[in-house]
Amino acid sequence: MSSIAQKKGFGATIWDFMTTVDHKKIAILYLMSGGFFFLVGGIEAMLIRIQLVKAGNDFLSAGTFNEVITMHGTTMIFLASMPILLAFMNAVMPLQIGARDVAFPFLNSLGFWLFFFGGIFLNLSWFMGGAPDAGWTNYASLALASEGHGIDFYTLGLTISGFGTLIAGINFLVTIINMRAPGMTYMRMPLFTWTTFVASALILLAFPPLTVGLFFMVFDRLFGASFFAVEMGGNTIIWEHLFWIFGHPEVYILILPAFGIFSEIFAIFSRKRLFGYTALVFATILIGFYGFMVWAHHMFTVGLGPTANAVFALATMIIAVPTGIKIFNWLLTIWGGNISFSVPMIYAVAFIPTFVAGGVTGVMQAIAPLDYQLHDSYFIVAHFHYVIVGGVVLAILAGTHLYWPKMFGTMLSEKLGKWTFWFFFLGFHLTFFIQHFLGLMGMPRRVYTFGADQGWDLFNAISSSGAILMATGVIILLVNVVMTIVKNERIGNDPWGDGRTLEWAIPSPPPFYNFAQTPLVRGLDTYWIEKMDGNKKGMIFAEPLGDIHMPNGSIIPFVISLGMFIASFGALYFMDGKPWALAVLIGGLTLMFASMLVRSLKDDLGFHITKAELLEDAKGGNTDGH
Amino acid sequence: MAHDTHVHVRSQAEFEYVKKKRAEEMRGHLATFAIMIFLTLIAFTMVAAGFSVYLIVPIILLLAGIQVVLQLYYFMHMSGKGHGMIAFFMFSGMFVAFITVLTFVTIIWW
Repeated sequence: MSSIAQKKGFGATIWDFMTTVDHKKIAILYLMSGGFFFLVGGIEAMLIRIQLVKAGNDFLSAGTFNEVITMHGTTMIFLASMPILLAFMNAVMPLQIGARDVAFPFLNSLGFWLFFFGGIFLNLSWFMGGAPDAGWTNYASLALASEGHGIDFYTLGLTISGFGTLIAGINFLVTIINMRAPGMTYMRMPLFTWTTFVASALILLAFPPLTVGLFFMVFDRLFGASFFAVEMGGNTIIWEHLFWIFGHPEVYILILPAFGIFSEIFAIFSRKRLFGYTALVFATILIGFYGFMVWAHHMFTVGLGPTANAVFALATMIIAVPTGIKIFNWLLTIWGGNISFSVPMIYAVAFIPTFVAGGVTGVMQAIAPLDYQLHDSYFIVAHFHYVIVGGVVLAILAGTHLYWPKMFGTMLSEKLGKWTFWFFFLGFHLTFFIQHFLGLMGMPRRVYTFGADQGWDLFNAISSSGAILMATGVIILLVNVVMTIVKNERIGNDPWGDGRTLEWAIPSPPPFYNFAQTPLVRGLDTYWIEKMDGNKKGMIFAEPLGDIHMPNGSIIPFVISLGMFIASFGALYFMDGKPWALAVLIGGLTLMFASMLVRSLKDDLGFHITKAELLEDAKGGNTDGH
Repeated sequence: MAHDTHVHVRSQAEFEYVKKKRAEEMRGHLATFAIMIFLTLIAFTMVAAGFSVYLIVPIILLLAGIQVVLQLYYFMHMSGKGHGMIAFFMFSGMFVAFITVLTFVTIIWW
């Protein structure tokens, strides 16, 4: 295998991506499929807002509306936000710590394909007898009563994609602990790497409760168990606990990488070292830690009793402290900086007030007595869209602009980027700010329509018009992406001119072995230090140029995931007494275990890139930035 | 790969040092083993003596906890160098599991 880029046919490119174990290509796969699901979830959001644009609308039936809101929430959380963040983690984190790949490249690929097939399985429900309709939280009493196979698509699909996410999380943990370049101590790691680390730890600890809950649900619905069936002596509240023991850390799994992306942006575009780096790191760890002690604040109205409510209310309010520390540190990073308002920076600056608004309503809901008023109203809808869209989605859009050049070697248009920002940002506030007041006026969440005499017409119409602006913004982004790909203007190592961390010291996109020589890290903001010292190479090397050991690509992760995908259909239709269901279930599992066996028995020792090939690459390479 | 295999010959002092270290480790193992047997004996004796269940259960749980710690630190070498991160993640996981069980016991099943 040669390291020199070759022109490939379309089929060969597809095969290359199906078998790749390269973290940068897997990042592109995550970005593309996450982006696809983001569009699907966005279309579902538009359907919701069209249905609610006027009183008594009959655009969607009540049943379809339930399916659409369930799939909107599930898709956006599990299949859009997390994969796109995993894309950035995959693309950037190994570069930031000076590693040639993640610790387990094969598992990285397996994690992606499990997520992908889980997402496809979940969305196939639309074409195979109806989507899940019990809300994204899938509360057990409602879910067990749901007819058709929607809920089964939810439980099996999320089980598969949950395995994928868990694998990705463990992989990142091992990578960050073991594969940092010489000199890269924990307290020299860029903040995006730190947030990846903490978010991965949260994935490790939070996904098992979800998997357990989903397993119980699968057995209740498909195999006649009664973990949650009250009439059989089960307990429906246990689902709520298991779901939120996972669900609350999940929110931090999403927001911490977003914080990481913004921390990078503030430092780069203010041309300053991050203010209070140590405080930011410890705030990140604290948020991760508290994330496990607050889940019952989603259940204040369940009837946990005043003691439990008080404990969880206090614990919840404490989280505002580390988050506040972060906000002030970002503000002080900008303060006195040499600011350039490029597209990522505009997103970052807009994020601060938006996220603070979402945080403040969060503290309001932490007050348990007040939560009895706010619970299940549009106030809640407004709150979580402020933190998730105002935090995570703004970070995803900012990160797309920031890391696009590193991932693809081309620059997204600044002009179109600004148009996207203004449409999306104004549309977002128009859509969701007014929903606070709809909530206070008594509009319950998840209703498919409302009466003309309830006084919610105007505010709902305003909210829907904002959604059109957001959609326009996303369409402009798509145009931007297509135009950038078509133009294909290549850029150098450090396209923003002020890159501070190691990923900006190597070509865009990086060669598949990332670093010809492992860098030596002399401090925080490694690349910046070398630039200030006038080092034209952008880094100091920790080793002489020598052969590099690389892993071989493999189709086995794809086949393992396909096996689980097929087996899920067998499990799903087993309940109906279909004669072929058992055969499909066994066939799928056989395919899965057989491919695992092949992987276990066949030694794959990888290959070596020789020194001569590296020297050949370096001749054509661009090492000094411009 | 191209790296040469490093052969290290121990000096007499190093040999003595390692020998002493190993002897110490062995003493630790034996002592821990004795303690563990003793703790198990206490647990069995308590049940055989027929004390109140409300006394036996918490004490047995406590003894079990001590056994786990001894096992991890003396027999699974968690006290050795470079195990800090592993210990951190294990204890975080135990903490999360403990909080979960505590909550279930106190507000669902009480």
